[in-house]
Amino acid sequence: MAIKEISIGDTSTQASEVAEFQSEKMELNLGPSHPTTHGVLRVVLEMDGDVITKAEPVIGYLHRGDEKLAENMTYNQFVPYTDRLDYLAPLANNVTYAIAVEKLAGLELPPRCQAIRVLISELARISSHLLGLGVYGMDTGAWTPFMYCFTEREKLYTLFEELTGARFTTSYTRIGGVARDLPDGWTDRVIKFCDNLPSVIETLEKLLTRNKIFTDRTQGIGVISKEDALAYGITGPNLRASGVDLDLRKDKPYSGYENYDFDVPIGTTGDCYDRYLVRVEELYQSIRIVRQVIDKLPDGAWYAEEAKQIFSPPKDKVLTSMEELIQNFMITTEGPKMPEGEVYFEGENPKGALGFFVVSKGGGVPYRLKIRGPSFCNLSILEKLVPGHMMTDITVILGSLDFVMGECDR
Amino acid sequence: MPSVEFQSQILDLLNYLDKRPSNDCFAFNCPIEKLIDCMSALRDRLDFDLLVDATAIDWDQESPRYSVVYHLYSTSNREYLRIVSNCSNDTHPQAPSISELYPAADWHERETFDLFGIHYTNHPNLKRILMWDEYPYHPLRKDFPLAGIPTDLPAPDVVEVTGASVKSAPLMGGPFVSSHGKHTSGSEPKGKDQSWTESDVKPAT
Repeated sequence: MAIKEISIGDTSTQASEVAEFQSEKMELNLGPSHPTTHGVLRVVLEMDGDVITKAEPVIGYLHRGDEKLAENMTYNQFVPYTDRLDYLAPLANNVTYAIAVEKLAGLELPPRCQAIRVLISELARISSHLLGLGVYGMDTGAWTPFMYCFTEREKLYTLFEELTGARFTTSYTRIGGVARDLPDGWTDRVIKFCDNLPSVIETLEKLLTRNKIFTDRTQGIGVISKEDALAYGITGPNLRASGVDLDLRKDKPYSGYENYDFDVPIGTTGDCYDRYLVRVEELYQSIRIVRQVIDKLPDGAWYAEEAKQIFSPPKDKVLTSMEELIQNFMITTEGPKMPEGEVYFEGENPKGALGFFVVSKGGGVPYRLKIRGPSFCNLSILEKLVPGHMMTDITVILGSLDFVMGECDR
Repeated sequence: MPSVEFQSQILDLLNYLDKRPSNDCFAFNCPIEKLIDCMSALRDRLDFDLLVDATAIDWDQESPRYSVVYHLYSTSNREYLRIVSNCSNDTHPQAPSISELYPAADWHERETFDLFGIHYTNHPNLKRILMWDEYPYHPLRKDFPLAGIPTDLPAPDVVEVTGASVKSAPLMGGPFVSSHGKHTSGSEPKGKDQSWTESDVKPAT
């Protein structure tokens, strides 16, 4: 049999070439415990030599029944569970969840609270993208970018710890506000972090962007067309890398995002390299937003003061005033008073659009809470995307999709 | 806020839709036999190109008991839309699959089948996605207890030898339950298995 060169990346011609060389197929099990799967994702691959002919993602290894749990607890009690959705950006999940429930209550938040929420969402995005990019470098065989990114992420976690009391599971928002105001001098330390970060991103770019090994392994690999990306419900940086201009911060501004100036980076080809470039640029844009928020940070209340049946009063007032004591007791025992209704809210999270569909029959407990995890939708394209690629490409494709199993399995 | 003209445009085009109360975007009730027709019209003629979410609601004692819910987004009009359809059969709920129109629905419908037991007709690969294939229950139904029901382990060969099973979770100190609308002492946070209060006597063990 003559040896024929197979062109990599062009899936359509490749499929016919693969059919010509039909030989014995092998089934290969990738995961659920494997370093390149970034969590407990399992992909059952059908291989013909080194070429993948079929890929079946198997998920559910991290299913904890969050939606069932939500139906059995009050709205505020569910906040810690949102930390565990996209556990690389818990602050952004907290914010999105709180806004979804506030939308149900029809609650307007004071400007300072909104600004704080934008600030922490963007810091969460920086932290998530730093991890995503660092690990992506590692997936392609470069160890050093990972160390640079993790050093910066460590500094961010120290800032989160000072703000929320926890490094990882922050649980910072409450329905109708946030847990506490910003600590003294915290914003200065955030600015100091932002001053240093661009130089680190430049180092990262020097290591990867024009790196021959990196570009060879990512360009033209895992191409998602615009139409496919929309059809499969892909959101976030992965969708924008495919050339669709959809950023909910711009298109459906929430929490005062319309007050800040930032650009939305758009890719052209939708390959693994574009997804890398989009994330790098989003880091710069997030820094821009963080600087503007701190620059314009309004004074005033950081929780909805008039929402007496929704937001628990500050602790010092609870211990000294009768009315606040009763208010605190009622919210703790029965939950915040919510109207009946159905509400859907999506926020632009680091991984994509995280959505909450809340069905309420009144009272302090949701009747149904559906969580739309962006990683769940982003992974559903694997079955179509992976076949035709080589075995070594799957680590790059998985790394470029930057998914988290916590919000995929919920 | 979404414009009212847009709403009437949808209603003119699809006259079988009913307005549905909603706290945010436009929402419509759609007869389940018209669902495919409605979805393809929304996609092709009104440019709702992104299916962001598909799920279901279990209304417990009410009839129709199950509703399937779809959230669509239009990238050109920047509008959300909610479509709700009631499944006709309360014991064996069915709905048509829209995964041919929106490939994104494939996994969403598998998840809804897994957790609610709604059968999507013409779905290419309707099997469980979050729970394991042999799992006998549909956990998001309202009559499924929070603690779970003991079942066999996922691996039948292991069960055959060991007889081991998946045990239901103890709820002592587990998720709190606050039932509203009753006496205050009955709605204090407590483990669900501690259902006794001053008025309801503690059950003998």
